[in-house]
Amino acid sequence: MAVVTPDILRQVASLARLRLEGPALAQFAAQLDEILQYVQQLQAVETSGVEPTSHVLPLSNVLRKDEPGACLSQEAVLGLAPAQQRPFVTVPKVLET
Amino acid sequence: MASGALAGKTIHELRALIAQGAISPADLLDDLLARIERINPSVHAYLDIDPERLRQEAEAQLRAAPRGGRLYGIPVTIKDNICVRGEETSCASRILQGFRPPYDATVIERLRREGALILPRANMDEFAFGSSTENSAFGPTRNPRAKDLDRVPGGSSGGSAAAVAADLAIAALGSDTGGSIRQPASFCGIVGLKPTYGRVSRYGLVAFASSLDQIGPLTKDAEDAAILLSVIAGQDPRDSTSAPVEVPDYVAWLKASPKGLTIGIPALPGAEGLSQDVRAAVDQALEAFRSLGVKTVPVELSHIDKAIATYYIIATAEASSNLARYDGVQYGFRAADGAGRSLLDTYLDTRSQGFGAEAKRRILLGTYVLSQGYYDAYYLKGMRVRTLIKRDFDEAFTRCDAIVMPTAPTPAFRLGEKLSDPLEMYLSDIYTISANLAGVPALSVPCGASPDGLPIGMQLLAAPFREEVLFRMAHAYEQARRG
Repeated sequence: MAVVTPDILRQVASLARLRLEGPALAQFAAQLDEILQYVQQLQAVETSGVEPTSHVLPLSNVLRKDEPGACLSQEAVLGLAPAQQRPFVTVPKVLET
Repeated sequence: MASGALAGKTIHELRALIAQGAISPADLLDDLLARIERINPSVHAYLDIDPERLRQEAEAQLRAAPRGGRLYGIPVTIKDNICVRGEETSCASRILQGFRPPYDATVIERLRREGALILPRANMDEFAFGSSTENSAFGPTRNPRAKDLDRVPGGSSGGSAAAVAADLAIAALGSDTGGSIRQPASFCGIVGLKPTYGRVSRYGLVAFASSLDQIGPLTKDAEDAAILLSVIAGQDPRDSTSAPVEVPDYVAWLKASPKGLTIGIPALPGAEGLSQDVRAAVDQALEAFRSLGVKTVPVELSHIDKAIATYYIIATAEASSNLARYDGVQYGFRAADGAGRSLLDTYLDTRSQGFGAEAKRRILLGTYVLSQGYYDAYYLKGMRVRTLIKRDFDEAFTRCDAIVMPTAPTPAFRLGEKLSDPLEMYLSDIYTISANLAGVPALSVPCGASPDGLPIGMQLLAAPFREEVLFRMAHAYEQARRG
């Protein structure tokens, strides 16, 4: 049974902000389905009582002193934006008028 | 001296020549750039190379380089996902095309501090997604060790590996999330190290999977890898996951005999895909270690056959989160706005036009496994199996100092051979992936060649923060092999 159908993938693509239509949608769905079928083998591994590992180092709550230091200029950072009106980046209108 | 004669040397050889005054850093630079200009068009290890600009830039760096530095005058090639101030850093992706970071990654700062010259833009799979460098948006790199250049260099650090193998680089930095330094090192017949997670700062490395990524060296021998790691390792206040663990003198450790150390040999998964040539080369290397006075014992890594499945959940989940930032607003590529287009259209158009097929596949996979209703079955399950894989290694390293296994199941495959089947491509990382999941250091060292002359690599793995064991063993093996 398919885990990923084109309908499911269309929803996932919308969450991921990707346009996916036509033959590409079907092809990606088939490939993802194959990969996720392969991944299903994990279901057979006994993991009750096993803590999940999100990170391998025994580090937690790494803090630094809250002191101002050197930082990048507004000029250097804003200059990277593909569209801008200093000192703002510009995007298409978000609110209806 | 013949052209390319300096480009073919190691860091430690060139350092000695420069210190003796036998050559100047400018001689070295000229020799290397001339060779890049001649050979790079056929290998395509570097993206967008402009030798004249590179020369001017390198000469400026040379004037600023501290003479007493451990890497004074040594050019180091940088994978295109490590930020170099003012230099395009695109991750071989259209979505970051033209992005020039306003800052240096910590590893770049540390190289500069020791007098190294930064040579940017080694080709790679887009965002490090791949095992062949065929997923670069700007064309593949070719394996310089293959007759007719018909083989892949491996990936994702394929440009870095090919550059070192073809003497288009003295040494290089790459990144390794599931084998991206070691597998191309193996395919190209060079040395490649994935350090312990937390050993090297990730500040300025464009994030793929934050709990797995590490920057590491690709070099012509183990000594050069030890030299580079000594420079780039250590805690960094700008990366909270860099570990507060002292950096040993790796180069001093290199010369220590491996006699009395123990190698663990695990049963290997995927035996049906393991080439006889690779198996024979690794067995021969184990024999060589035994004659060096190293003991071998069997060890059990009972969950490593689940590493690929675990990895493609965890790595894609993290990648889909990390790549959410590419939306055409703050930097990089942005699709044309046009009349009547909404902000959502900008996001959708920018991401759909900017990302290549493999990047989209991984973003979709990661989004799927993290979405409501699937999270427990995939992501949470994957994190639990990751714990079991890590425990296997912890347990194994109570009984041995290093584990040896092949780096890749086969020598370099042909361009196009696995491109149409993503799962088949993923399976080529079967032996490298578990080191990233467990966070342990792993070094790939050349250990032979197939009958048609393609390099074969073996992988040495050690307990966390025990890189010196890897260098010690690899160096002794290299010396023994040279005879």
